[in-house]
Amino acid sequence: MASLVRARLPRKFPRALGLRAIQTSADTTQLADGADHSKPFTVKLHEDSFRSYLCEKPDLDVEVTKDQLLLMYRQMQTMRRMEMAADALYKAKLIRGFCHLAIGQEAVSVGLEHGIATDDRVITAYRCHPFAVLRGGTITGVMGELLGRQNGMSSGKGGSMHIFTPSFFGGNGIVGAQVPIGAGVSFAQKYMGENNATFALYGDGASNQGQVFEAFNMAKLWNLPTIFICENNKYGMGTSAERSSSNTEYFTRGDKIPGLQVNGMDIIATKQAVKFARKWAVEDQRGPLLLEFVTYRYGGHSMSDPGTTYRTREEVQRMRSTQDPIRGLQKYIEEWGLATEQELKQLDKNAKAEVDAAVEEAKASPEPRIEDLWTDIYFKGSEPPTMRGREREEVHRY
Amino acid sequence: MHTTKFTVRAAKRFPSAICRWNSTAVEPPPAGGHLPSIATSQVLRTTRDAALRTPGLSWADEDSSGPSRNIVGGRETRKMNTYQAVRDAMSIALMKDDNAVVFGEDVAFGGVFRCTMGLAEEFGKERVFNTPLTEQGIAGFGIGMALMGHTAIAEIQFADYIYPAFDQLVNEAAKIRYRSGGQYNVGGLTIRTPTMSVGHGGLYHSQSPEGFFMGASGLKVVIPRSPIQAKGLLLGSIRDPNPVIFMEPKILYRSAVEQVPIDDYELPLGKAETLIPGNDLTLLTWGTPVYHCETALHMLSSPSPSMEPLVPTSLRSAKVELIDLRSILPWDVETIVESVNRTGRLVIVHEAGMTAGVGAEISAEVQKRCFLKLNAPVKRVTGWDTPVALQYEKFHIPDAIRVLDALVETLTY
Repeated sequence: MASLVRARLPRKFPRALGLRAIQTSADTTQLADGADHSKPFTVKLHEDSFRSYLCEKPDLDVEVTKDQLLLMYRQMQTMRRMEMAADALYKAKLIRGFCHLAIGQEAVSVGLEHGIATDDRVITAYRCHPFAVLRGGTITGVMGELLGRQNGMSSGKGGSMHIFTPSFFGGNGIVGAQVPIGAGVSFAQKYMGENNATFALYGDGASNQGQVFEAFNMAKLWNLPTIFICENNKYGMGTSAERSSSNTEYFTRGDKIPGLQVNGMDIIATKQAVKFARKWAVEDQRGPLLLEFVTYRYGGHSMSDPGTTYRTREEVQRMRSTQDPIRGLQKYIEEWGLATEQELKQLDKNAKAEVDAAVEEAKASPEPRIEDLWTDIYFKGSEPPTMRGREREEVHRY
Repeated sequence: MHTTKFTVRAAKRFPSAICRWNSTAVEPPPAGGHLPSIATSQVLRTTRDAALRTPGLSWADEDSSGPSRNIVGGRETRKMNTYQAVRDAMSIALMKDDNAVVFGEDVAFGGVFRCTMGLAEEFGKERVFNTPLTEQGIAGFGIGMALMGHTAIAEIQFADYIYPAFDQLVNEAAKIRYRSGGQYNVGGLTIRTPTMSVGHGGLYHSQSPEGFFMGASGLKVVIPRSPIQAKGLLLGSIRDPNPVIFMEPKILYRSAVEQVPIDDYELPLGKAETLIPGNDLTLLTWGTPVYHCETALHMLSSPSPSMEPLVPTSLRSAKVELIDLRSILPWDVETIVESVNRTGRLVIVHEAGMTAGVGAEISAEVQKRCFLKLNAPVKRVTGWDTPVALQYEKFHIPDAIRVLDALVETLTY
């Protein structure tokens, strides 16, 4: 009898934890009351929108407004259009180098922006274009950077993975490297008595990097307002989470840091989770929290990856047709009578027009000046006397 | 106890020898012979006046708007070794800059080399704190703080442990200004780390990794040779608007002692210092080997009787120019090239291995710029291209004899 119990226990525990899988459909949120939509109204998230580790779950009742939902729709649509434009420009060989698109993951970037405050800080990895725009950048600035033009947000000197705003510490090309930096940023916030938090994002692939755990430890040790966000799009480059991680429950990997797994395809759920995390770290000062957004990227890891060698086309198609975050929100808006299909089509057109105009503006900007090859390496005035250039005899004197 | 017994027994066996030993009043010669060592080095400034007249020193007193003062009257100095000078510099940085913090493994307890002794008590545990053993994390964390405008003074406990942080330093700290088009920088970041051999450090406590950072434009790398230099260069590094890796030769922490000005002062980064002027050969080094080079110069001009046959008489009056490079990145090309154009000969001494070491870069650049002025090939005296072995560390580092050999070879080429 005793041995029977022992034999059963290990099977029971994981099942108890994973009793119900996270819901990743984008359209299961219900209207809770039928109030008129000029005022804020309440909607109810699917009960499986969250799973928690060492903490309570966010409230399933979420207060939203018509304007907010329409803004989210417009922003997600614009971000997708922007990424699609980048895709086209890359294929036209106008954008060179590395380029990682976030098509399919719009609910994370837009949802994050709707849950945080302006002076919160965000740092992420290389899939960074939407965050750069939402954190105070412009589509022109992003496209200019991708094209390597002077009006790019880093003056055309960074490229796809290197875009910054005063509250956005950039894309980072090194897998996982942004996570301890995020912990340092939040330490400075705490030290200077700022009332805000840092959101440090990384992917399911980066979650196996040693320095991510180093950052977890320091943030928990010093009770820093760091929200670690694992954007789990199920594939770290070409390797699925199951093949790369012994524990794919990424929200439980912070050891003593509580975690929350979130339906990353429903923007109302992502916004609610981010608000919960912000309250946790800033208002309640409970230290770091680990959010895992379960999401999906439709494209390959980067432009050189067709994205179909390690997963089936059917899988991608199924995700696109059943769990798309934009379609999900569109369905809410139409079902709840916030806007007509016609009005939404107009928003789509506007998004496309905005992106097209930005692309043209970026294309019109000149490439960086040759002299700028040597600037921004050291603080102006503290450079070495000379710096070598592209050819044997090309030496720049400061 | 054991020694006493041995002495008594030895006295019985060799009574005459013991008697003679006792009968002379003079001290036995020191084990290293009568050569200058760190303790007696002329390079160290052991008087107040000499200390206050350190070349290149600029006072960083409160009133920066006033006319620059070169007067040394009224300035005080205190006898310090290198770790005390490093501590003094950090104390000034913490006192004057509320956003300055010091962190690293065990720094709140004073650090393994005592460089942060008492800082936590003086400035509080929020400003001087221990980190986990997490070098990559420390570097990343410091970069994050510096991005927010903080002054982050991080310690990597040994330069040998800097490799886990290499990615953060080379990919993030060095490039952030460039890749953000000048929007962000980590100028407030200074990484302090003890470097070079200690005599018994072995594979993981005696390495000199400065060369690995030499290609990382955006970073600065500084190595001081003495207490005065350590304080001035560290304050200069902390306030430099670029990230700086400050490598402190660990054997000099206690052995190098100088009178150090107690006021706030800086020494310039990117500038070499000519310690001994000369016209026959340029001897370039940094950190600990400065003192081995000084010893070698002494051997060259007045070799001991046993070495006399090895040093040609004609070389004894050779005037060798000894230069301390001080900044590895960016290195002072102008000073070195000007010197080699005058002397026609260059010997570079460093503790790191020869292949692709800092000496390789310098000799390549010097042979390009001074090609027609060179009278001998550029000679490098370095550690071997092996790991720093525990048992043979004394044979690994370029000591005075090897430097002397290189001087003789290069002067007679």
